[in-house]
Amino acid sequence: MNILGIETSCDETAASVVADGRRVRSNVVASQIALHRAHGGVVPELAARGHVTAIIPVVEAALGEAGIERAGVDVVAVTEGPGLAGALLVGVNVAKALAYSLGRPLVAINHLEAHVYANWLMLPVDGTSPVAEPPPAFPLVCLLVSGGHTELILMTDHGHYRHLGRTLDDAAGEAFDKGARLLGLGYPGGPVIQRVAEAGDPTRFDLPRAWLGESYDFSFSGLKTALLRLAEPYRLPPSLEPAPTVGPFPEHQAAAFAPDAPLADLAASYQAAVVEVLAVKTARAALEFGAKTVLLAGGVAANAALRTCLADEVARRCEPELGPVPVRYPPPALCTDNAAMVAGAAFYALRRGAQAGWETDIHPRLRLTGT
Amino acid sequence: MDRQPVLVLTSESPEQTREIGSWLSGVARVGDLVLLHGDLGAGKTTFTQGIARGLGVEDYVQSPTFTLVNEHDGTAPDGTTLRLYHLDLYRLAGEADLESFGFEQYLAPVDGITLVEWPERAAAVLPEEYLLVRLVPLGANARQITIEAVPPEGMYEERLDALRERQDPEG
Repeated sequence: MNILGIETSCDETAASVVADGRRVRSNVVASQIALHRAHGGVVPELAARGHVTAIIPVVEAALGEAGIERAGVDVVAVTEGPGLAGALLVGVNVAKALAYSLGRPLVAINHLEAHVYANWLMLPVDGTSPVAEPPPAFPLVCLLVSGGHTELILMTDHGHYRHLGRTLDDAAGEAFDKGARLLGLGYPGGPVIQRVAEAGDPTRFDLPRAWLGESYDFSFSGLKTALLRLAEPYRLPPSLEPAPTVGPFPEHQAAAFAPDAPLADLAASYQAAVVEVLAVKTARAALEFGAKTVLLAGGVAANAALRTCLADEVARRCEPELGPVPVRYPPPALCTDNAAMVAGAAFYALRRGAQAGWETDIHPRLRLTGT
Repeated sequence: MDRQPVLVLTSESPEQTREIGSWLSGVARVGDLVLLHGDLGAGKTTFTQGIARGLGVEDYVQSPTFTLVNEHDGTAPDGTTLRLYHLDLYRLAGEADLESFGFEQYLAPVDGITLVEWPERAAAVLPEEYLLVRLVPLGANARQITIEAVPPEGMYEERLDALRERQDPEG
């Protein structure tokens, strides 16, 4: 069964054909990075407008790469939320129009669920043979970490979720981005922090861990203030010139550091503070719920320190009681937003009868629930 | 002597910053626009948590950096539902294109109050009247919190008067 997936919940316009929920036949992502770079950030309206111009060529490219005609599409799947309203609308309306005109079922997918299902996907290695791996075993615990999400999810079977925890303030990827900005390291923060931290000592600076008791929730907002305090002694004195103003607002001065500032140690210590809480809580949940698999998903799943720390914590906490628990994560191209994960999730959703009607709407604030 | 259109407060801790936010929420009225200015780590999230607490919001106040806007249901002093629109323009690069994200519809909400972080990203399209809160770090935990009615003689001056009449959270 060929499922055409469409994903436009935030910055990427993506389409993909996935066979039988696992075999990726094409995975096309038109990143709007070039568009955004010209503006120095992600501009939502540009994102929405970018989706409108990109979506049809991206769908055609996905069909072309998969080597099928439109008529070869058996099901159309699309992200209904959560995400930016204007961006979601583009994908949902194109998916509806395609499904209606082709006379095929439409499936609406939760973006968070799709990220979990990225772990089911198999990429072709040489264009023909997928990497064969058994599907993740249930029950599983999935840590979904990206610029906009930090979610800890228990999945006992296909479609059976329990949202164990989430961030109470900043997302983990956001914490990396803002930490990088505080250290004057640049954008995007996650990769930059990781690169700079490689040469650093993660134990040199003591940053707080927000454990929040036994809860599986996370909090990263306070870390920014703590990092600011540690970095303060190494900052060059602010310019004596009055700060330029934008309307009534003085501009914030960009961080400038002395050449011998221990930026690598600061970055490593900051990264360790974020990663340790993520890894420990995920491992703790895996132990409590007897997980047979631990999954990572989302853009921050590419962070090497997180992978290492999570593998260590799972081995240390779970193995004595549960035996070896594999820690899995998707290949990098399927960690960040993509449509293959939407098509993959739709295969299993359809098997439990989750077909969407033509009245399907967007749900920008959708949560992951269901038992 | 002229009445000062500015309140300058010092918070010694995150909890006190929350109390000041909660105190401010006590004089808020439907349609109010509050701009929150301060750099990363200055305490904008903490202050917003205080406003939300003062409005009886039960949700956690997650960062709207990614979603641009989060909505929470709170309760006005008279018992009616008051919605808190929490906007964050951090990811925006300039004023262009605020229109289609629907920025303007949040500037004078008919059923709640709007709080905007990183308002400088929309400096050119802001209305003439608003309450401006500035957060400036004075060290590890202390913050100078300035609450200003813009313009000085505008409708928000009344909010400052109301604040002065209430118990000052510092003393």
